[in-house]
Amino acid sequence: MSDVAPFAPGDPATAIATRGVVRDFTAGQQTIRVLHGIDLDVRAGELTYLVGESGSGKTTLISIMCGILWPTEGEVRLFGTDIYNLSDNELVDFRLRNVGFIFQQYNLIPAIDAAANAAVPLIAQGVDRGEARARATELLAALNIGDQADKLPSQLSGGQQQRVAIARALVHQPRLIVCDEPTAALDARSGRRVMDLLREVALADDRSVIIVTHDNRIFDLADRILVLEDGRITHDGRDMPKDY
Amino acid sequence: MVWIAIRMLTGDATKFYGLLFGIAFSTLLITQQLTIFVNLIERGASGVYNVPSADVWVMDPVSRTTDVNLPMPSTALDRVRSVPGVEWAVPHLRAAASVRTKEGDLEGVSVIGVDDATLIGLPRRMASGSTKVLEQPDAVVIDDVGTTRFFPEGYDPVGERLELNDQRAVIMGVADAIPSFTSQVTLYTRYSRALNFVPGTRNRLSFVLVGAAPGVDAKTLATRITDETGLRARTRDEFARDGIDFIIENTGIPLNFGITVMLGFIVGVAIVGLTFSLFIRDNIKQFGALKAIGVNNAKIRRMVAAQAAMVGSIGYGLGVLGTVAFIWSFSSNPTFKGFYIPWQVPLISLAAVTIILTLTGWIALRNVLRTEPAAVFR
Ligand SMILES: Nc1ncnc2c1ncn2[C@@H]1O[C@H](COP(=O)(O)OP(=O)(O)OP(=O)(O)O)[C@@H](O)[C@H]1O
Ligand SMILES: [Mg+2]
Repeated sequence: MSDVAPFAPGDPATAIATRGVVRDFTAGQQTIRVLHGIDLDVRAGELTYLVGESGSGKTTLISIMCGILWPTEGEVRLFGTDIYNLSDNELVDFRLRNVGFIFQQYNLIPAIDAAANAAVPLIAQGVDRGEARARATELLAALNIGDQADKLPSQLSGGQQQRVAIARALVHQPRLIVCDEPTAALDARSGRRVMDLLREVALADDRSVIIVTHDNRIFDLADRILVLEDGRITHDGRDMPKDY
Repeated sequence: MVWIAIRMLTGDATKFYGLLFGIAFSTLLITQQLTIFVNLIERGASGVYNVPSADVWVMDPVSRTTDVNLPMPSTALDRVRSVPGVEWAVPHLRAAASVRTKEGDLEGVSVIGVDDATLIGLPRRMASGSTKVLEQPDAVVIDDVGTTRFFPEGYDPVGERLELNDQRAVIMGVADAIPSFTSQVTLYTRYSRALNFVPGTRNRLSFVLVGAAPGVDAKTLATRITDETGLRARTRDEFARDGIDFIIENTGIPLNFGITVMLGFIVGVAIVGLTFSLFIRDNIKQFGALKAIGVNNAKIRRMVAAQAAMVGSIGYGLGVLGTVAFIWSFSSNPTFKGFYIPWQVPLISLAAVTIILTLTGWIALRNVLRTEPAAVFR
């Protein structure tokens, strides 16, 4: 990995840059190194897959890349900002403005309807509730569930909930969208549709999308596939390695 | 975000009602028990409150309350009357006696002898009959709550005969009086008559009731009476306080009520604490997601505070309403005659509720604040 270029500050095409990212976890007496010095540049406008065996460190890496997990060593720049040099509150605010999340279990708030759930990042930003709701409803319509806006999450199918979660990740127009196993809970067709949707909506405005997945049914949709093995990137290319 | 917090709370009906119940129950228990406590110990001063016209009570130096007194020689009256600043001074007798009812039962009563001429010493109002009835020989006036102890409910006791120390007594009126601490039956009669009803030695004068001359301060007058006569003199307020203190010092009441109030507090902490923690635990994923998305800890704190404030204000309101309903529904019961909710009591329970919610909210919140945003990907 010594051939990775140093940071090129001001290069607008670089969305994420990591240098020497190491992450250790301490379990009892033992300290395990989960990531062994990750150097990576992710360009804007790309759909990047992060694949690898269970326990290889995918979730750890994506968490560090989006600003929710501190690396033990190394540096992460998101759109030029050295995010782990920010204060706690600055980092939270940075995420609120720049990152959209899609969680595997959606984590929608059961007590508020689909539109309100999708509007959460705007409400958190302090946008007026009515306006936030209007923008969220518009986005739900674009995701073909405009007629479900008034329903509670429990009244929606899994796929519909997933779309609400996608709307929530996009509603504040973040520059980076991260998803951990977004299709694991869906059947093949729905999973593909979700990925198509992400390509279409997310990448439209030069956003970056990073997806952790096991789902080999959708590998063909990626712009770039990174393979992680025991905390090291062992493959980086447009297609999956032949022997995988 | 506060709006979302409130919706999260009310959306989980079971826990929401559980929290409301916990707060309302604690408030009810604390408010109601403190109210009963205050009203009950204030009964220790009922003897004083029933004679509002007396500015100063004069007694033997060892006397402590209206009911715990050592009689003085009758000459004390004149000594008090000669003190400058005394507008009027009248004799007042308070003693225990036994009465034989028509059914032949023996009952303990308090006999109060009021001034023959002025009738000072009687409660201000009569529930039935006029104070004039005391002019008739053998006439006694019974207190209204005492009536319910001697006679069936709704029975008019006027004309009933009693046997007091082998003397005949006829009930001629009912006084509207504040019941005594023990709710014992009280019989009012003229001082001269009372001397016959109560067996005793030479000294029979329990108290001298004094009215201060216009412009004379009761406290100054009391000091002056003590200086000039060597007798103990207490202003109305001081003597009322003495009666209350006597109950506090000589009964287990403060301890008992204290324990109940403490239990109300502990039960509140337990129910609210558990439910709150369960609620937060059930929503920890959502809180984690909010933290990852970009809701900082200050906002999370505000969310939980809003939830606590919502539960607190509604639960507290219900609890106080419950106490009001309780007092109101028992207001016709003689035991609770004149019960009121002192303004300090709701404030105390409000403070207790605030402590309960701050404590439990803080414990529940710690879990949220400790949740790493990275946990949402797990
Ligand atoms: N908070 C933690 N404390 C201790 N060890 C951890 C923690 N998080 C992750 N690990 C360890 O780090 C390693 C990588 O975990 P990670 O979740 O990144 O794997 P993954 O590639 O996402 O796996 P999967 O495909 O199963 O989700 C695992 O061995 C895991 O046990
Ligand atoms: Mg994982």
